[in-house]
Amino acid sequence: MFNKILIANRGEIASRIIRTCKKLGIQSVAVYSEPDADSPFVSEADESYPLGGTRVHESYLNIDKILEIAKEAGVEAIHPGYGLLSENGDFANRIEQVGITFIGPSPEVMSKMGSKVEARQTMKDAGVPVIPGTESAVADVDEAKKAAEEIGYPVMLKASSGGGGIGMQIVHDDEELAKAFESNSKRAQMFFGDGTMFLEKKIVDPHHVEIQVLADQEGNTIHLFERECSIQRRHQKVVEEAPSPFISEETRNKMGNAAVKAAKAIGYKNAGTIEFLVDEGQNFYFLEMNTRLQVEHPVTEEITGFDLVHEQLRIANGDSLRYKQEELTMHGHAIEVRVYAEDPKTFYPAPGQMTNLELPQGDSIRHEVGVHKESMVSPFYDPMIAKCITWAETRDEAIENMIYALENYTIEGIKTNIPMLLDVLKHDAFKQGNTNTHFIQSYLKEEAK
Amino acid sequence: MIEVKANMAGSVWKIVVKEGEEVEDGQDLLILESMKMEIPIATEDDGTVKELKVQEGDFVNEGDVVAILE
Repeated sequence: MFNKILIANRGEIASRIIRTCKKLGIQSVAVYSEPDADSPFVSEADESYPLGGTRVHESYLNIDKILEIAKEAGVEAIHPGYGLLSENGDFANRIEQVGITFIGPSPEVMSKMGSKVEARQTMKDAGVPVIPGTESAVADVDEAKKAAEEIGYPVMLKASSGGGGIGMQIVHDDEELAKAFESNSKRAQMFFGDGTMFLEKKIVDPHHVEIQVLADQEGNTIHLFERECSIQRRHQKVVEEAPSPFISEETRNKMGNAAVKAAKAIGYKNAGTIEFLVDEGQNFYFLEMNTRLQVEHPVTEEITGFDLVHEQLRIANGDSLRYKQEELTMHGHAIEVRVYAEDPKTFYPAPGQMTNLELPQGDSIRHEVGVHKESMVSPFYDPMIAKCITWAETRDEAIENMIYALENYTIEGIKTNIPMLLDVLKHDAFKQGNTNTHFIQSYLKEEAK
Repeated sequence: MIEVKANMAGSVWKIVVKEGEEVEDGQDLLILESMKMEIPIATEDDGTVKELKVQEGDFVNEGDVVAILE
């Protein structure tokens, strides 16, 4: 196993990775931006180095600086966490060029899955169902209109390199398409340096269900079941759970097999997630592959007993998987909520100075937290400041545990989405497992009126 | 005189109007950026931009006046 690794990330996920390093006796190296100097992960790591700067391109996206620190600190591997550089093929390439191990899949596979158009084609070739849509990028508005006519409105307009809902819009007719095409292409160009757009059929009221896969260097590949992540706002997940209350055992098996087949077909190594949309008839369609650890990985850990960061480190180190598919079982039910520093009604960001933090304690409550009592929550990064995970034998009890946890969760000084999370958890439709991706629009907004 | 206020804390990413420009209800005046999100600030009245209280790159808190219209 590695002796020393660098974590090219911040906040709760840096703390999460450091915890597994400590458990395994691996030295951890943190890197941090100016506003993060006071963050818990900086002091938790065995060594920490300043990156300088406030904005991500000056700090956490500064590949030269991160590599310089990695060499100076003498690390053997780099864990990218999620977001930031985690799906950047260039970063992975440059790490490997200097003889350091990138904890993740090969740069080629990352680049392939990073392009939505290419990912879609790859998955289709591997026999995974994909959403009907354009087989390649559409050059301009006229081509987009033609394609939309063939697919049938409503269609989803998407940026090939997009993420987090940026460059993505549902359109219902030609006029709307023309407007949306220009503006989303421009935005995608600005954010991702790539304004390439494509079109897909809009699946009505879908569930978002994803499969966790693990693959070792020899190509042995397993899946660790699914996560249901349908509760979203602005196309970002808010509540996740495992197993899904919606899919049948038969669908679970089909999706798991499709994910393993897909991972094998592309030569995937390490932990990855294949996201699907599932319609009311339990038909599933490939959405995208995330070539990294997911924010919501704890729910999978809670129902399988795996430490996914440990597995990532083992695989990167060249160790073989320890289990075969038929040896794996799920136990109980786990729910995760993302605590965002934002207005619970408008979902607008709400950075600011925290004045208190008291976390509810209990055997079935797990916390992943990136802040302390008096953290200054800066406007420069993602609004997620913490995650809370509860586990129980049944889904009903896991929900009860989460309601207890959230009612006893104290954050003062800034606004958070905790009131909104409680509205979700207490809603009858959620309790019934009726959690398609329009849940927040269709239930909560309606009640707010 | 109408005060236009920021509806979230963040930095001023882009100002899309000029002082002296006539604006109408619903028109964007500037775009704030915070936590990886861009939120346009629009006027809810017709008027002329009398004064822009912020510059691109400035940090504003929720409720701060960003522009004055008349």
